[in-house]
Amino acid sequence: MAKTIFEKHSEGRKGYTLPTNDVEISMNKCIPEKFQRKEEIKLPDVSELDVMRHFLELSHMNHCIEKGFYPLGSCTMKYNPKINETLVRNDGFNNLHPLQDEDTVQGALEILFELQKDLAEISGFAGVTLQPVAGAHGEFTGLKIMKAYHDHKGNSHKKKIILPDSAHGTNPASVTLVGYEMVEIKSNEKGLVDIEDLKAHVNDETAGFMLTNPNTLGLFESQVETISEIIHSVDGLMYMDGANFNAIMGLVKPGENGFDIMHFNLHKTFATPHGGGGPGAGPIGVREDLIKFLPVPMIGKKDDKYFLDYTHEKTSFGKVHSFFGNFAVNVRAYIYLKMLGPKGLRRVAENAVINANYIQKKLENYYDIPFKDSFCMHEFVASGNWQKEKYGIKTIDIAKRILDKGFHAPTIYFPLIVHEAMMIEPTETESKETLDEFINAMIEIAKECEENPELLHNAPMTTPVRRVDDTLAVRQLNVKFEW
Amino acid sequence: MPFISNTDKERKEMLTAIGVGKFEDLLANIPKKFLLKEDCCLDEPYSELEITRKISELAANNISTDHANSFLGGGIYDHFIPAAVDHIILRPEFHSAYTPYQAEVSQGTLQYIYEYQTMICELTGMEISNAGMYDGASAAAEAILMATRKTKNFKAIIAGTLNPNYLEVIKSYTEGVGIELVVVPARNGLVDLDALKKAVDDNTGCVLLQTPNFFGNIEDAFSIEEITHSSKKALLIVAVDPISLAVMNSPAEYKADIVMGEGQALGNAQNFGGPLFGFLASNITLGRSMPGRIVGATLDADGKKAYCLTLQAREQHIRRAKATSNICSNEALCNLAATVYMSLMGKEGLKEVAVQSTTKAHYLADEINKLDGFSLAFGVAFFKEFAVKTPVPAEEIIFKLKEKNIFPGIDLKPFGYDNMLLVAVTEKKRKCDLDELVNALQEFSR
Repeated sequence: MAKTIFEKHSEGRKGYTLPTNDVEISMNKCIPEKFQRKEEIKLPDVSELDVMRHFLELSHMNHCIEKGFYPLGSCTMKYNPKINETLVRNDGFNNLHPLQDEDTVQGALEILFELQKDLAEISGFAGVTLQPVAGAHGEFTGLKIMKAYHDHKGNSHKKKIILPDSAHGTNPASVTLVGYEMVEIKSNEKGLVDIEDLKAHVNDETAGFMLTNPNTLGLFESQVETISEIIHSVDGLMYMDGANFNAIMGLVKPGENGFDIMHFNLHKTFATPHGGGGPGAGPIGVREDLIKFLPVPMIGKKDDKYFLDYTHEKTSFGKVHSFFGNFAVNVRAYIYLKMLGPKGLRRVAENAVINANYIQKKLENYYDIPFKDSFCMHEFVASGNWQKEKYGIKTIDIAKRILDKGFHAPTIYFPLIVHEAMMIEPTETESKETLDEFINAMIEIAKECEENPELLHNAPMTTPVRRVDDTLAVRQLNVKFEW
Repeated sequence: MPFISNTDKERKEMLTAIGVGKFEDLLANIPKKFLLKEDCCLDEPYSELEITRKISELAANNISTDHANSFLGGGIYDHFIPAAVDHIILRPEFHSAYTPYQAEVSQGTLQYIYEYQTMICELTGMEISNAGMYDGASAAAEAILMATRKTKNFKAIIAGTLNPNYLEVIKSYTEGVGIELVVVPARNGLVDLDALKKAVDDNTGCVLLQTPNFFGNIEDAFSIEEITHSSKKALLIVAVDPISLAVMNSPAEYKADIVMGEGQALGNAQNFGGPLFGFLASNITLGRSMPGRIVGATLDADGKKAYCLTLQAREQHIRRAKATSNICSNEALCNLAATVYMSLMGKEGLKEVAVQSTTKAHYLADEINKLDGFSLAFGVAFFKEFAVKTPVPAEEIIFKLKEKNIFPGIDLKPFGYDNMLLVAVTEKKRKCDLDELVNALQEFSR
């Protein structure tokens, strides 16, 4: 393993230069002695070259899109164009303070205004807020809007949010965070919402329903209209988790098909690189009568001037971010949409769907694919069931062996309703050759399970470290370096 | 088509392999009437050259703080960022990597988070740090949820000198989940200690203090700690400016339980207010109540040192409705920028940044204080930001100085303080920049 940066410390070494202070005032005159730090901070003394070498060394231990394929289900790890990175680094964006006078940030406001408009257009919603900075943050915001709607109507008996057992973990966690109770319903044998189970759980206390569409099995919830009628009949609201919007953009507008609220994941669908875990953005779209509950400010336009719009401040449920959300992420989404255009948008979804079905078809004889009777959308779920039953090989072993073949592993053990699940999403940016290489690797692994299972138990063998002991990490908690 | 590899020929081959004649056959599950008949109403596609021009035009409609003399702060600060920071965060291995769930191919990300956690612990004097939150505001809100969950006391006391944006976000997070918020008023730019004493009781779950506070003033954290811990269970949460910690008390010195703050000042650009990142650290005893990701050191199958995400049983992907938070994507790359920044600056550099920001702020405050009609609003100790009483509404000053490309500070009127300007200074200011503001303010002197 690489040494830590702290082990590269050499007393007095410097990695920065700063101008000489041209103001002469002693610190003792500024900060009372009592409030001055007693013990010196401990940060490493290293040179710029030390720093560059250190982080380059670390970078070599990561997988990334430019290195290879990421078949990560529900994560939409597409390649993101480099022009975004160049343009977003414009001094006119980087060095803007959020509290500058509106006249000095007209270009920034125009971008946000246009993005609000474009996202509303492609999703079929009337209004969009760009404030939430992640998908789960969007869910939280959407549920707060739901709550504001019920409070506004005096629906104080509404306490429960229904969601299917295939939902992402963030959904139930968001439900708890806003103070609602979760009611989980079953999926049917086709992998879709079980309407009978839904009916059995819907009642006057139902505040709303959260649905990922296409769902985490990669299947379009074809009964969404029926679901929506059931939920609306008790004055509940329909929330769409837009994690999988890549599959349907340009093909379907959720706002026109039964949903009242939806979040977008700009870091999945709209070309912000994942960054090892962020930053992303999770804008929310809503139907007309819910706009008044959105966080303020929105971005408005009047007589060719853009402004921070606080019009509905009194009915808004409040704020979720210090300022206006992740501006630099929003700029990337703006650029991406402008470059795609209407046809390109649709083409993204089409190719994402074709790529996923292609892999599903090619692997169906080698892995158990529980829902292969229907075409999938942008992803599908395979299972390591056959390998487990016949050879005692677990999905985690298969996943680690995939790392040895130079690919990232699929999302595993999710959704929870499929045993030994492997969720595979190729995205539209991958070529047929890459998919073929991955398919061949998966077929090879299926053979290795039979012929040389040790390879799987011992995997990975070619990665920077071997299989990592995460129970030890919990048992002997070590979360900072002592030096 | 932009960003799509497969040609029409390959697409056709794939459709054939799948066993369908045309793409639309794959959409059998989507009700026919849902399918759009027309394209979405978007601009026709821009080429890379065209979008470059368009973006340059839009950016030209902004005035950056590099082309102005800006004294704006209020939580976001224009500190200097060494060039090496951006070179590292642009490495695709960091930039386009996924969240490090597959530890064996994510050691780079995991190790820098471990180093980040170590640095945050060094600055704050705490024993455990998470891998970051959305921003200072959400970190404050999550810290309150964490403290009330741990103490099972659902009364949260908040210093009235807290950044008002944080308070707004805290309200969103705490409303509807049975947490009672009590805001203790400010007196002369500091939290009113008598009122705080009255508010704290044995039902108190936490006291949230910001120091330096929203006005830049230094709170008496030692006294506030005594008041807080005089109650049976209450935890002291402190919001800090990380730059201030190079010269001001480590929160461990006044026995804080949870320390959080806005991390943008550490190597991240202002970016019109986002992305930002929040940091959150605490005593080890609170570790299992912490929201967000945490990286731990461990061993691999060969007994070699390795890193992985740890204490994951707190998180949404495992614990679902019972998780300590719903957070999934955070601001990882901003944490990397902070880690690289702190590595480059080292202890001397960070101290130099803090000292220059402080001394320059004090020089400017003294000079403004000399102007007729202007005075320091509170006359108490401050760090790099201070409030000034102005002879005319602050709005008027901001409006007029805009013509000279001077952004003199934040108008405090929306926060209930008439004729008051909040002025922030960083090490980037030269004496001539400070003097320029003083000269410009003279026009309003009376």
